[in-house]
Amino acid sequence: MRALRMNRLRTGLTMLGMIIGVAAVVLMLSIGQGAQTKINQSIETMGSNLFIVLPGATSSGGLSFGSGSVKTLTVNDAMAIAELPTVNATGPVISGTAQLNFNAKNWSTSITGTTPDYFMVGNWTIEDGSIFSETDVRSAARVVVLGSVTAENLFGTINPVGKTIRITNRPFLVVGVLAAKGQSLSGRDQDDNVFIPITTSERQITGNQFPGSIRYMLVQGKSAETMEEAEIEITQLLRQRHRISDGMENDFTVRNLTAIADVATDTAKILSIVLGAIASISLLVGGIGIMNIMLVSVTERTREIGIRMAIGANRNAILIQFLLEAIMICFMGGMIGVILGIGSAWIISQLIDMLVVITLSMVFLAFLFSSAVGIFFGFYPARKAASLKPVDALRYE
Amino acid sequence: MSTNQPAPSPSALIRIAQLHKSYKLIDADGKTIENAVLQNINLNIEKGEFVAIMGHSGSGKSTLMNILGCLDTPTSGDYWLENQNVAMLSNDALARLRNRYIGFVFQGFNLLNRMTALDNVAVPLLYAGENRASSRQQAMEQLRRTGLEKFAMHHPNQLSGGQQQRVAISRALINQPPLILADEPTGNLDTQTSQEIMVLFERLNREQGITIVLVTHEKDIAAYARRLILIKDGSIVYDGDQALENALDPVI
Repeated sequence: MRALRMNRLRTGLTMLGMIIGVAAVVLMLSIGQGAQTKINQSIETMGSNLFIVLPGATSSGGLSFGSGSVKTLTVNDAMAIAELPTVNATGPVISGTAQLNFNAKNWSTSITGTTPDYFMVGNWTIEDGSIFSETDVRSAARVVVLGSVTAENLFGTINPVGKTIRITNRPFLVVGVLAAKGQSLSGRDQDDNVFIPITTSERQITGNQFPGSIRYMLVQGKSAETMEEAEIEITQLLRQRHRISDGMENDFTVRNLTAIADVATDTAKILSIVLGAIASISLLVGGIGIMNIMLVSVTERTREIGIRMAIGANRNAILIQFLLEAIMICFMGGMIGVILGIGSAWIISQLIDMLVVITLSMVFLAFLFSSAVGIFFGFYPARKAASLKPVDALRYE
Repeated sequence: MSTNQPAPSPSALIRIAQLHKSYKLIDADGKTIENAVLQNINLNIEKGEFVAIMGHSGSGKSTLMNILGCLDTPTSGDYWLENQNVAMLSNDALARLRNRYIGFVFQGFNLLNRMTALDNVAVPLLYAGENRASSRQQAMEQLRRTGLEKFAMHHPNQLSGGQQQRVAISRALINQPPLILADEPTGNLDTQTSQEIMVLFERLNREQGITIVLVTHEKDIAAYARRLILIKDGSIVYDGDQALENALDPVI
C-alpha cells in the first residue's frame, strides 16, 4: 500500500484506466437497460396476445396497393372472428380526424369509432366514468370516451364526465376518460384520441365510402399458446367469408403484434449486451494497463522482494502483497468508476431526455468485474515476484 | 591445500559436508562449462561461536554465505542447520527457517526505505505471524536495547550509515535467532562506526550466546572473531584460531 502512495501519479493513471472502463460499463448498461424498460412499458400498454387484421393488399393490373388500400374488411368479419374458439374478442375500428369544441376551447384530434370490446382488447383502463355500451353502439348514440391528453386539452382541471362537447358541431355526451398510456411502440401518443361508437362514427362523423367496412381490427387470442392456431383460423375464416379460391392471394393481412413486440424486446436486449460488451473492452484495456504497471513495479522492487525473502517472507506473502496492490487499484478505480458512470448517466438523461435505468445488480456487476480484472491481471506479476530466487533478487541492482 | 576437517558434532549449529557449488556458463565456443565456485567444503560451526570468513573477492566466500543463509542452494553436498537438512526443505520451509533461525546483516544495510525504522524492525515478526500491534511493541523494545528509540519514526534515508546498520541489526535480532550472518557489515562504514558495530556483535556473542558468522576482507574486522576461516579459489585453506592466522599470512 505504501508503494501505491509513493507513486501517486503512476497509480492515478493506472487507476484512470479502470475508472474509465467501469464508468463506461455502468453507463452503457444503464442506457441499454433504459431502452429495454422503455420498450417494455410500451408493450405493457399494448395488451397481450394481440393480432391486427388489416384489409387490402390488392392489386389491379399488376399494380399492388398497400395494406388498407381496399375496404374489404367489415364489422361483420370482426363479429365472425370473435366467435372463433381461439379468439377472445375483437375490436373493429374506423377512424378519422375531427374538430372538438367545449365552450370556447377547441382541439383537433383523431376519432376512433369502435365497440366496447376494443377497450378490453387494447388494454385500456378507465380513469373516470365508464366506456360506452353495446346499446350505445346499436343505437348509434352520441356518447364519447376521451383520451387523457384530449381531456386535459379540452377541459383543463374540470371533470369532463357528464359534460357535452361538440364533435364537428354535433353534441356528444362525455361518458368516460381513459387512463394515460403514453407512447406506442411506433412513438405515437396514444392518449390524444377520442372514442365513439362505431355506428355513430360511420353515420355521423367520419362517414364511409363503403358502409360496414372498417379501417382495421384488433383481435385478442385466447392464450399465448394458441396464437399460431388462431392466426390460421382467422385467415381461413376470412378467406371463406371473402370467397377467395385456392391459389388466390388474401385480400387482408393478419399480423401478430405480440411477436413484433417480442422482436423489439429481443432487439433491446441485444443492444444492452452489445453496449456492455463494447464497454467491457475498455475495462480489459484498463486491466492490461494494470498488468503492465505491476510488472514494472515488480522489476523495480526486485531488491525489496529479496530483502523481504531474506527476513522470512514466504512466496504467499510476496504474492499477496503484489496481488493486493493490483486489487486495491481496481477496487478504488471501480468505486470511482461506478460513481462517474452513474453521474454521466444522470447527466445524459437530463440533457437528451433519454431514459437511463441504473440497477443495483448492474453496479454490483461492474464492481465484481473490476475486482476480477484486478485479480486476473495482477496475478501474473505477483506470481513473478513470488517465484524470484532470494539470492538473485538480493543481488539485483 | 590443507583442509582442516573438524570432528563431526551432533550438537553443531551448522554442519556442512562435501559441499560443492558450481554455475553453468557458456564459453566463447558455445560449449557449456561448469564453473566451480565452491569445492568440497566441510565445516562445522558450534553454538556460540564467533567466526570470520575471509577471502579475496571471487574466492567464493559470498556464495558460501548465501548458502549458509538458505538464500542459495548447493549443487551437491549436505548442509544441516539445527539438525535440519536444508536440501530437503521446500521454499516455504526455507523462508520459515530464515525467519526463525537466521538474522541477516548486509553491507548495504538493505532496509526498506518506504518504512520507518520501527516498521523495518517489526517486519520479521509480521512474517512470523505476529499481529501488528505486538510486533511494533517488540520492535520498539528492541530499538531501545540498541539505543535507537528516538529514531524509531525516522525513515532509513534520514539516518546515518551506522544508525542504519544498527536498525538492520535490530531487525536481525527481533526473532531471537540463534545465528546471525553478517556479510561485510562494515563495508560501507567509517573506521569509528565499524568498531562500534563490531563491539555490538561481540557483546551479542558474549552476553547472549548468539552465533555470529561474519564475512569480511578486513583483517582488523576479522580480528573481533575468535575463529577464522580462509577461503581461496572455492576451498577452505585455513580454519582455526586467530593467532595461527598470522603465521599463515603469506597464504592470503
